[in-house]
Amino acid sequence: MPINADIAEDNTSLADPMLPVPFRILRVRKETHDTFTLELDPVNEFSFIPGQFNMLYVFGTGEVPISISGNPQKPKTLIHTIRAVGTVTEAMRKLKAGACIGVRGPYGAGWPVERAIGKDVLIIAGGLGLAPLRPAIYQVLSNREKYGKVAILYGTRTPEDILFSRELEQWRVKFDVAVHVTVDRAVSKWRGNVGVVTTLIRKASFETARTIAMVCGPEIMMRFVAGDLRNRGVSLENIFISMERNMKCAIGFCGHCQFGPVFVCKDGPVFSYDRMQPLLAIGEL
Amino acid sequence: MQTLEPMLAEQPFFRGLKGEHLKLLTGCARNVRFEPGDALLKEEQEANEFYLIREGKVALEINVPGQGQVTIQTLEGGEILGWSWLVPPYRWMFGARAVEPTRALSLDGKCLREKLEKDHDLGYELLKRFSHIMGLRLQWTRMQLIDMYANKR
Repeated sequence: MPINADIAEDNTSLADPMLPVPFRILRVRKETHDTFTLELDPVNEFSFIPGQFNMLYVFGTGEVPISISGNPQKPKTLIHTIRAVGTVTEAMRKLKAGACIGVRGPYGAGWPVERAIGKDVLIIAGGLGLAPLRPAIYQVLSNREKYGKVAILYGTRTPEDILFSRELEQWRVKFDVAVHVTVDRAVSKWRGNVGVVTTLIRKASFETARTIAMVCGPEIMMRFVAGDLRNRGVSLENIFISMERNMKCAIGFCGHCQFGPVFVCKDGPVFSYDRMQPLLAIGEL
Repeated sequence: MQTLEPMLAEQPFFRGLKGEHLKLLTGCARNVRFEPGDALLKEEQEANEFYLIREGKVALEINVPGQGQVTIQTLEGGEILGWSWLVPPYRWMFGARAVEPTRALSLDGKCLREKLEKDHDLGYELLKRFSHIMGLRLQWTRMQLIDMYANKR
């Protein structure tokens, strides 16, 4: 299928970008003890670039930015995977199929799936960071012949916290994708890897000079991963991370997500690491 | 008779060592294999060897009351298991158990300690290599301590 990086531009409601559109919830799926997935009916097709996010509004409670975790080539369903971590997301968890939720978006710059064509691709996720990367994985795998080696490295807290475990298994059995999963801690019945996500990098086969790395997870994890990749020879401009900041308007007006000279909502959330590294070193930002 | 020297030489950990040093290490090495569940190291016991895992998977673990055996880290082919043989009191802090059928080279720590006291060049070379591993493991442990995936409200 063709890759079209520009299609999502049309989705943004330019008439009133602050006005949420009500979408009906088709299905709520529990992923882990604190994470769930909402499948929404966009009525019309909902196009987006992997890595983009929507503002989701629980009527009467509030609005939060949530990355899109579905397949960009299946625009008839809009999918978000959410961790219940605050008032709004806890309220979202209580919603049932048939309820309505407000949606604004999609917003922001996405993963460099087109730029990665012809190159080796490293997808490195930590914890819930697999959700914003899943659309990029779908897109790369559906155009597999256009890429070099592809590796998916995923680290999370415990075996019970592994997200999309069934899909990870489906990707793992493909001959042309390397999938490695690790957890930070486990009891002895777990037979998989234990150790931080950076320990997986040496298991992946890639040519450093022709590798694009897409990294998403807690900021500290992304810093360690980027440092390790740099030490192995991957240049910082070929390492991409997804930043998380306090996004409110999502269109670069309010300034809540300002991070030094950039607005994470509008200029990101995906940035090349060479652009972010100097800013991440400033503790006050 | 074929010795373990070529096997040792091809392992990244020993790569670049002088021939005489490889010979000396080979004199302290033997081939071992473990089935899943077999213990390689036991907590609190004397640390008189280390392992270079050739293939398979080994879990480094500690017994936590109320939780049972908690795995701290897993190690695979090409990785080193155990450095407590190198520094007093020569006692294992953690246990290690094979998770998969595992083949390894076991190096006799007592034999090596004596040889390293006499050959400081080899001693320094090995210490540098072990320090690198210890530094990495410390870094990984610190990352685990941060508990970066925790649900922070």
